[in-house]
Amino acid sequence: MVGKKPIILLCLAALIVIAPLVIFYGGYFGCVDCVAAKAIEKTGYEPWFGPIWEPPSGEIKSLLFALQTAIGAIIIVYVFRYYNRQAKGKKDE
Amino acid sequence: MHIMEGFLPLEWCLFWYAIVLPVVAYGVIQIKKITDKNPELKPLLAVSGAFVFVLSSLRLPSAVTGSVSHPTGTGLGAVLFGPIVTCVLSAIVLIFQSLLLAHGGITTLGANIFSMGIAGPFAAWAIYKGTTRAGASTSIGIFFAVFIGGLLTYVVTAIQLSLAFPIPTFGEAFYKFMVIFAYTQVPLAIVEGILTVVMFDYLLKLRPDILEDLKVIRPKIKAMI
Repeated sequence: MVGKKPIILLCLAALIVIAPLVIFYGGYFGCVDCVAAKAIEKTGYEPWFGPIWEPPSGEIKSLLFALQTAIGAIIIVYVFRYYNRQAKGKKDE
Repeated sequence: MHIMEGFLPLEWCLFWYAIVLPVVAYGVIQIKKITDKNPELKPLLAVSGAFVFVLSSLRLPSAVTGSVSHPTGTGLGAVLFGPIVTCVLSAIVLIFQSLLLAHGGITTLGANIFSMGIAGPFAAWAIYKGTTRAGASTSIGIFFAVFIGGLLTYVVTAIQLSLAFPIPTFGEAFYKFMVIFAYTQVPLAIVEGILTVVMFDYLLKLRPDILEDLKVIRPKIKAMI
């Protein structure tokens, strides 16, 4: 059974994530690391080393980020199922 | 908080590597020790690492600046296993991201491990221990631990960049980078805190015995008597 607490908390989290999309509607959501990099370049600094390999496009980068999320999610679900079965086994005893 | 590849002068890259490497090495030994002692902890360790994988891959919009940043996800591992072990988990994720995603970098890896793997988790761990010992509930303890730990990671990144680029002065550079990083992170740190509380509650329901073993929660025996 899922209690009320996690549902309320997850809705709250979703709200905080969705709110900026409404507040800054039509705005440009730039990545914060790139903003920092630009601020550094403004001081006249030039990066002395570039990435060894870069995803060929933004789409491929998104794909790899999605892959990272998926790997993590699969591991979490797998272990929770394992724990769940253990918990059930204990109850049956 | 990822300082991009090549965006730190060589001496600072080496400086952060020198601080971080012994901690990571010690963390690997610690992981071996605790999993040898109690193999039951391996799945929980995997969950903590996977949680970092998931949260650090979620690039969320921030209501404060309209930029996109990501939570760190290190709070769960820090509360369960302590900051030293979490440092290793963060290092794995940061290496993955720097090699496959061109997110962060190999030269800046030391600095990034320090902010995400040492500073944030250490604060989270200390705050959790402090608040719960002072009588706060685990949910409150986790939330503030993760919130402040997540935020501190970004404050440390701002400090690292202002140290490397104190132009015109350290103070002004710090203000500039704080606006970029830390302000953006405030709502995301709240989201991270909430998600970690939900995760922790579920773990608490499934395996309270393991959490007691790790001394994350106190045994319930007293309450029963």
